[in-house]
Amino acid sequence: MVSFELLLFLLLVATAVAIVRMRDLFAAAMLTGIFSLVSAGLFTLMDAVDVAFTEASVGAGISTILFLGTLALTDRRENQQPWRVMPFLVVGLTGAALLYGTADMPAYGDPNAPVNNDITKEYIEGTEHKVGIPNVVTAVLASYRGYDTFGETTVIFTAAIGVMLLLGGRRSREEDDEDDASTGPRSEEGEE
Amino acid sequence: MSHDNPMRMRENAILRVTSKGLIPYILLFALYVQFHGDFGPGGGFQAGVIFAAGFVLYGIIFGLDAIQRLIPPIMVERGAALGVVIYGGVGVVCLLLGGNFLDYNVLSAHEPMHGQHLGILLVELGVGLTVASAMTAAFYYFSARAR
Repeated sequence: MVSFELLLFLLLVATAVAIVRMRDLFAAAMLTGIFSLVSAGLFTLMDAVDVAFTEASVGAGISTILFLGTLALTDRRENQQPWRVMPFLVVGLTGAALLYGTADMPAYGDPNAPVNNDITKEYIEGTEHKVGIPNVVTAVLASYRGYDTFGETTVIFTAAIGVMLLLGGRRSREEDDEDDASTGPRSEEGEE
Repeated sequence: MSHDNPMRMRENAILRVTSKGLIPYILLFALYVQFHGDFGPGGGFQAGVIFAAGFVLYGIIFGLDAIQRLIPPIMVERGAALGVVIYGGVGVVCLLLGGNFLDYNVLSAHEPMHGQHLGILLVELGVGLTVASAMTAAFYYFSARAR
């Protein structure tokens, strides 16, 4: 099992290096999807199926598609950039700091880790007779921590509003309401 | 030619046929993830993303106009807001029934656990609607720029 995880981690590193070195942005977008899929595999091995599911659907699914949509707006190939020392230093130092930080993290599955406190115990023991559903993660997200999920939903809504305001600013409200049923609001732009 | 297709994949017969076969199952799987989230992995967020992936796939292959005939932009704009309203509305109903905000126990007069089931189902529906609409909206607005 450990060797399988090691294999996935090596694959993850190889994919990351390939993304950085890739000049073809279409291939790089596909590789980010693969990166997410391998991450999802790792999360599954760590029994975090809900996280793996989210990683697979968001990382490998929708963001790859949004990358493709963005690529349609720009060039398919990245311009050749001169090698610069400053960005390399920043990235290297951040990576080193993150590696240093992992040394202080509790071991995987450690029962004395701070995350396995009384609240976690309450979630696991209480879900069955207080919420009555088998999936503890859903019980925590939707019931125990319903406020947080409400906040998250609002954040996604706000993000959508932001995209609409930034990218759809040229459209007026009247044509939006009238043209929807028949031809769609962008019909006259499409005829150009 | 394909000026209305953001990624110019409309001409490829293999893509058209396979995606046409796959999209119903993607949407069916999204429904399963949405309503089976209490029992298996998944829930509103993942289901919403899968829904949006199905719609966006259709949009990529058959063009923005084709998907916008099915799901007009005004629908995703209102859907994103409606999801938040459903979620918040469940909280307000809990308040009106004498409980705390988002305290689902009061949703059922007899059995608190039934209230929990109903509350979780409804808020997950709200999350799914907002996420699916927001992701689809992002695709719509990005693709419209590519014209």
